[in-house]
Amino acid sequence: MRWIKSLVFLACLSPAAWLVWKGLRQDLGANPIEFITHATGDWTLRLLAVTLAVTPLRKLSGLHPLIRLRRMLGLFAFFYGCLHFLTYLWLDKFFDMPEIVKDIGKRPFITAGFIAFVLLAPLAVTSTKGWIRRLGGRRWQRLHRLIYVSAIAGVVHYYWLVKSDIRSPLAYAAVIFLLLGFRAAVWWRGNAGTARARTGRVVAAAAQGAGSDPE
Amino acid sequence: MLIRKPAGIRYSEITPPGVYWSRRRFLAVAPASLILAGQAQAGAKLNGVIQSPFSTSEKQTPYKDVTSYNNFYEFGTGKEQPAELARNLKTVPWTISVEGAVAKPKVFDLDAVMKMAPLEERIYRLRCVEGWSMVVPWIGFPLNALIRQVEPLSKAKFVAFQSLHDTRQMPAAKWAGIPLPYVEGLRMDEALHPLAILCVGLYGEVLPNQNGAPVRLVVPWKYGFKSIKSIVKIRFVEKQPPTTWNLSNAREYGFYSNVNPEVDHPRWSQASERRLGEFFKRKTLLFNGYGDQVAQLYAGMDLRKHY
Repeated sequence: MRWIKSLVFLACLSPAAWLVWKGLRQDLGANPIEFITHATGDWTLRLLAVTLAVTPLRKLSGLHPLIRLRRMLGLFAFFYGCLHFLTYLWLDKFFDMPEIVKDIGKRPFITAGFIAFVLLAPLAVTSTKGWIRRLGGRRWQRLHRLIYVSAIAGVVHYYWLVKSDIRSPLAYAAVIFLLLGFRAAVWWRGNAGTARARTGRVVAAAAQGAGSDPE
Repeated sequence: MLIRKPAGIRYSEITPPGVYWSRRRFLAVAPASLILAGQAQAGAKLNGVIQSPFSTSEKQTPYKDVTSYNNFYEFGTGKEQPAELARNLKTVPWTISVEGAVAKPKVFDLDAVMKMAPLEERIYRLRCVEGWSMVVPWIGFPLNALIRQVEPLSKAKFVAFQSLHDTRQMPAAKWAGIPLPYVEGLRMDEALHPLAILCVGLYGEVLPNQNGAPVRLVVPWKYGFKSIKSIVKIRFVEKQPPTTWNLSNAREYGFYSNVNPEVDHPRWSQASERRLGEFFKRKTLLFNGYGDQVAQLYAGMDLRKHY
């Protein structure tokens, strides 16, 4: 497991390394800042989708140790989100705070992106075992459902920003829809009553610190 | 004086008249056909280009960026796609049909277009509605040279332009997400303005396909999408013609689309722009800095309403 974790860590870091490499070689095209903005945004969405895929994958494949990768994947999504947001703050707005506040309030696609980013922050902070214990499994789990909202806001952000060719944002929307739809279906079926006990067991196990598993 | 007949030329050495004349004809025609063959090739030098007082002395955007960062949705919506996908666009033969409310409608072939007026280098700022800008040394001639040739009737109030739309040569066009063929328009006084040019080249060379070969419009005081590429039809009309981006999203793109830092795109600010190659953004200028020349065209108009 340790080396699988290291491998995934390196894989998640490789897009950033690739950006730095291209940057050093001055190979980011005619508009490097736009390139960086798009690349970091893309990777935020991709890693959000991968993070959200862990639970369905575990359930469908029975590969339960996958759960141990989830925190790292989520943190990497946040990492790329930070880079994306920083690119906007610095290279697009040059930390012009009044302008940024105006932008976030006035431009729906910026508003959506900002919401997507801000919602990830508490999840990153409370991703430690200590915080799971402090919050209690159930409350922690409820809090971490914010990732659903963040992913949806992220896709909306992308959809609202493109000018005419909506294929790419629609592809992300489809993936997120499937991943959230899976959860909805499980919840729907489990809602009969037996699920309650099952979820309780899972949460209890999560709270014991082996990792955590909100559905 | 004894005149001796020169000896030594045998009859067999004399060129028969038929052969002689075919050589003459070849020499007469060859330069023209070589030029035409050259025009087919992006990158071929354009000769006899004169300088223009309308040119800016600002630093020019490198050739590589001008030709690899393009919005030409018929060849894909990615910026680097047109350079790749327009590579095999057939620009010879090419005709532009000029029609509508004119006394002398005419179909011009490329040769006629190239000879319409002396070619000038016009180094212009280009401001894209997306918030970036370039400085491009275009080569072309005033659009009004063509307009004069076809003699518009008094009822011609607008000029409508249409791009090539050939799904065989433009397979990516079906994903463009905008109605095609691409159409654009100018009010007659805008079209007659000396800054508005028909462009056939850049950087001293024949226009690369991805930049709108073989003939495009360049209207430097308007957002880039008004400068329609690969023109096949120009029509003189009475009423304001439809324009592609306005058809696609009327709230975001108006007919006039003059560069204006005061009037934001509904989704982003137009107050500043990133000049390609520069780190810091610069303030966007009203009419892209061409206000001295063009502001009077819009005297008394509410530019917020007529965006």
